[in-house]
Amino acid sequence: MTDNTIDQPEDRVPKRVIGTPPPSEAVLKEEPAHKPEALPGVQYQDPVSARKAEKAVALLFAIAFLAGAGFIASYVIFQVGTLEKTSASNFALGGTLTLALLALAAGITTWVRKIMPKYSMIQERHLMASDSDTREYVKETFLAGAEESGFVKHKLLRRTLLLAAAPLGLAPLVLLKDLGPLPGTKLRHTVWGEATKNGKPRRLITEGTGQPIRAADFNSPGGILSVVPEGYEHDLNALAKATLILLKFRPEELKSGTNLNWTHDGIVAYSKICTHVGCPAALYEQTTHHILCPCHQSTFDASDGAKVVFGPAARPLPQLPIGIDGEGYLIAKADFNVPVGPSFWERGDAEREAREKAEKA
Amino acid sequence: MDTPPKAIAGVSTFLDDRLGAGSFLKRNLRKMFPDHWSFLLGEIALYSFVILLLTGTFLTFWFKPTMGEVVYNGAYEPLKGVMMSEAYASALHISFDVRGGLLIRQIHHWAALLFVAGMVVHMLRVFFTGAYRKPRELNWLIGILLLSLALFEGLTGYSLPDDLLSGAGLRITQGVILSIPLIGTYIQFFLFGGEYPGEDIISRFFTLHILLIPGILLALITAHMILMWVQKHTQMPGKGRTEKNVVGAPFYPAFMAKAGAYFLFTFGVLALLGTFAQINPIWLFGPYTPADISAGSQPDWYMGFLEGSLRLMPAWEINLFGTSGGTVPLSVLIPALVPLGLIMTGLALYPFLEQWVTGDRREHHVADRPRNNPHRTSIGISAMTFYGVLWLLGANDEISANFHIGLYETTMFGRVAVFLGPAIAYFVTYRICLGLQRKDAEIVSHGVESGVIKRMPNGEYIEVHTPPADDILAHMRGKKEIPVIESAADREGIPPKGARSLIGRLRAKMSKAYGTDRVPLEEEHGEEHVAVGAGERKEVH
Repeated sequence: MTDNTIDQPEDRVPKRVIGTPPPSEAVLKEEPAHKPEALPGVQYQDPVSARKAEKAVALLFAIAFLAGAGFIASYVIFQVGTLEKTSASNFALGGTLTLALLALAAGITTWVRKIMPKYSMIQERHLMASDSDTREYVKETFLAGAEESGFVKHKLLRRTLLLAAAPLGLAPLVLLKDLGPLPGTKLRHTVWGEATKNGKPRRLITEGTGQPIRAADFNSPGGILSVVPEGYEHDLNALAKATLILLKFRPEELKSGTNLNWTHDGIVAYSKICTHVGCPAALYEQTTHHILCPCHQSTFDASDGAKVVFGPAARPLPQLPIGIDGEGYLIAKADFNVPVGPSFWERGDAEREAREKAEKA
Repeated sequence: MDTPPKAIAGVSTFLDDRLGAGSFLKRNLRKMFPDHWSFLLGEIALYSFVILLLTGTFLTFWFKPTMGEVVYNGAYEPLKGVMMSEAYASALHISFDVRGGLLIRQIHHWAALLFVAGMVVHMLRVFFTGAYRKPRELNWLIGILLLSLALFEGLTGYSLPDDLLSGAGLRITQGVILSIPLIGTYIQFFLFGGEYPGEDIISRFFTLHILLIPGILLALITAHMILMWVQKHTQMPGKGRTEKNVVGAPFYPAFMAKAGAYFLFTFGVLALLGTFAQINPIWLFGPYTPADISAGSQPDWYMGFLEGSLRLMPAWEINLFGTSGGTVPLSVLIPALVPLGLIMTGLALYPFLEQWVTGDRREHHVADRPRNNPHRTSIGISAMTFYGVLWLLGANDEISANFHIGLYETTMFGRVAVFLGPAIAYFVTYRICLGLQRKDAEIVSHGVESGVIKRMPNGEYIEVHTPPADDILAHMRGKKEIPVIESAADREGIPPKGARSLIGRLRAKMSKAYGTDRVPLEEEHGEEHVAVGAGERKEVH
């Protein structure tokens, strides 16, 4: 505050310049009449820079207002319905919303930092634990209450109460039983082994086009097809186990791991469901004959019974026995001889079991 | 303003007459909140959660959590006439036919990523500054629960749109559940209502995602906040800050306004990302079928470490009962459960293990600087490295494709790095911590270089050091001694009771290693330099 007093003999000039407020009074009218007492740890901002900040904050709030109004306007102006329209609507709505939120946030932050005082106030902390008198009182009360209730004295009461609670505690678990059927042997079979309606063997169908595959047409070595069972083209439960990859080889390329009896003219069918955790093993590298699962990179050698070459899968992709029907279309001769897909507790070493069965036969 | 406006005074009186809220406000309006940038990290998670609730509610107005097949007939041309689940069709409807739907969906997804990220960095802050110590162990455990639940919340939400990518995640989840010994098959059949994928999983995940898990999250977050409020926030060491006080800004008006602005910032940044950074463009992936997948399928970031550990694992599988069952697919079970279990259990137990090792039962309200507890910091960085290697290898196919490195080489590297990396990280971090402590000790005892060269009467030149600024000095002096349990043998050569057993001896050894201060702060012994410096500075000015 400016010092307006002039150091002069009392009788010659008035103590202060006429027209200026007395020193005891605030210079500016806006200054609060009741001035907050200066609390320790509260440091007020410089009023000049605070006034400057006020303008900046007001500007930011005005921007927020305009952007917010723009958001509502955008909702009305921009319609959706096509890709371009949706995209325009998204940018208009999102852009205005972003601007409104950020301007408001910046405004409040400036307000706190430039207009509100700087604080460094101190508050006492106390131990979390209650004092020993309180603890003692709670202990006494607890013991007295336990005694009064008779819970301690009456043994029979206590035991029958526990007995009563036990089945009720189990009830919610029992209720969950109907969440699903029991697994049974469902994981061991696929629809390839089921009889068709007309009694003919089930054909292999190209995924997507829905066409059966004529063996003579699938004739370029290195070819690959994704195959689904006839009649189950859109049954996701069936596809989750029965989807195949069909590969065409030159006869000399096939190695001992592949069961040649289950191939037809160099055409081999493997389960597409990875034996690791069940992703479709969809990638095929022609030159190396490697089938790669894109999820965790289990790699199988398609020319050698789809045995594991690399990655976390522990078992080869099961091979499906295939042949052709009277019209030359590829068909499944039987179901897989081992469960397809990821391992489960009841599965056991199904590969060994199948080998032993084959040797006996 | 001498009296509050009538509207406020009236309502306040009405409420206080009925609730007695005055005494609560008297105690809490000026509650102190200490200031440090790292204290804002948890708030990011909190505000993301609020935004998730708001945007999620909006999405439920249109989303149809059913797996019944419909023919798509919406605005997105390329998929017109395609058979798909109603869930996927309604997700497309939200994206293309509801004004603001795409924006809110993308904000929701970004907010989910930020929610988990905010929790993780907040947790790291609490860990490295020792803010989990007594009396805050319970709040630390609540935090771990929150993080675990958030992972499940993310997993269930990720599966809902039923596009090809979300289905791939679901398929992996199913494969992992199947691998659980003895009961895995049953859990899978109960969860999916039969065989995979069945027709129930989306509606069941929906209930978990919008009701059960968020309900528990909300309750736990409330408890987390109340405990923080009651126990008062920790503070960094500094001038005037002790174990018995809190120095900071009051809740009303400063902290309140700052928190409000911070919420708006979080929302603003999420809106920015939701608008301009496309996320999960489900229309490009097409409807789910278990027969197909796209290359380069990646989960959301917080699931990346599980994906990586699945990729790294060698193909181990055992059949306990030969051909008749007992299959334990270790190549699934170990990576799915062990890293997650190690990290979560380790986090949950750490405060109690540390207490056991140091024998420290005191309350701590002044946070540690990470360098001042080098073993804790090294353990933390070591765990981060373990997590980081797994996380990085969760994208090894992308790394391989973008950097032209062999795919299998990245896997082999990961198999080694997941063990070697944490060990190296431990050693390096420990040395860095000691180095930083040495730097502090030097500043405390010798001051900082002033840039002024002084010639002594005997002709010697010295650089004048000046004492560091008060607040910096106080910050450094905040270093606390880590207690070491008593284990030394008495005069007759008999160690104290607790240190006689094998575990006792191990504990004593660990305690000594953990607590010994290798770089104690010394009091100023470079007196003459400091004294000269202080005098010199006045002349320079």
